[in-house]
Amino acid sequence: MDHNDPRSDLAHIRSLMERSTRFISLSGLSGVFAGGVALVGAWVAQHHVAGHLGSGADALTYGAVRYEVSKADSLTITLLFDAMSVLAVALLGAFWFTWRRSKRLEQGLWDASAKRLTWNLLIPLAAGGMVCLSLMYHGLPGLVAPATLVFYGLALLNASKYTLDEIRWLALSELVLGVIASFWIGAGLMFWALGFGVLHIVYGGLMWVRHERDQTNV
Amino acid sequence: MIEGLHKAFESRVRLGIMAVLTVNDEVEHGTLKELLSVTDGNLASHMAALTALKYVLVRKRFIGNRPNTAYKATAAGTKAFKDHLDAMGRLLKKDLRQ
Repeated sequence: MDHNDPRSDLAHIRSLMERSTRFISLSGLSGVFAGGVALVGAWVAQHHVAGHLGSGADALTYGAVRYEVSKADSLTITLLFDAMSVLAVALLGAFWFTWRRSKRLEQGLWDASAKRLTWNLLIPLAAGGMVCLSLMYHGLPGLVAPATLVFYGLALLNASKYTLDEIRWLALSELVLGVIASFWIGAGLMFWALGFGVLHIVYGGLMWVRHERDQTNV
Repeated sequence: MIEGLHKAFESRVRLGIMAVLTVNDEVEHGTLKELLSVTDGNLASHMAALTALKYVLVRKRFIGNRPNTAYKATAAGTKAFKDHLDAMGRLLKKDLRQ
């Protein structure tokens, strides 16, 4: 056994404590990518809402869309499909970038820390998703955008204990936006684009600069 | 010998084991092996030393037909490890003053 150099021992211990509790392979690029996808999705949604309300309607006032007898009308379905596609593409991208990074860091992609992170994120997120469906069901689509932001923020806040610190700040920003958006339903789509698009790009970029930039050529 | 530095933690593997166990509730054998990049035998022999000191508790059970072993740090183990870390910190400070 090499005789202990306390300095390198302490560094070793710190890294083990970090790696065994936190999933540090989460790539900032997945945030940037998800943000880009969300912006495209928001643009598509705005396009559909504007088309639905006819010319002259403020494209961002999707909350004003009336839902009367038929709740499952074509606009709802289109927007739901749009949102689901954004989610699917963003998740695929996140998975890919994170997989790439976990290989580089030699941290397993599906180790105990990744599982802990995933469950802590998914449980509040799934509950939120179902509440959003119930809002649609009850004909309150205007509250869906703020609700997705708030539930996403809470899910991230819960998961932030198990990954990089920036996620906590992203979570708090999503929560603030979601609460503001809930009082300003007419601009729901704009807040949604800010929260899922702009914030992801900002924090993803920040994470990339802080944790990955120097390692890209390793 | 510096006061507080513990003979039981002289090996890097044992330090690693205690580092991981003190920040997690319970860690499975496979996870620990992967984190520390050691062999089964190596991990088992260090574990035997730590369990003999009652610093670590071992839980063995079967999941289906496969044996599953998990480890947990005891209160005594956590305290001994913390004291050891403090002693290492003091050693470093002394080192800097020289």
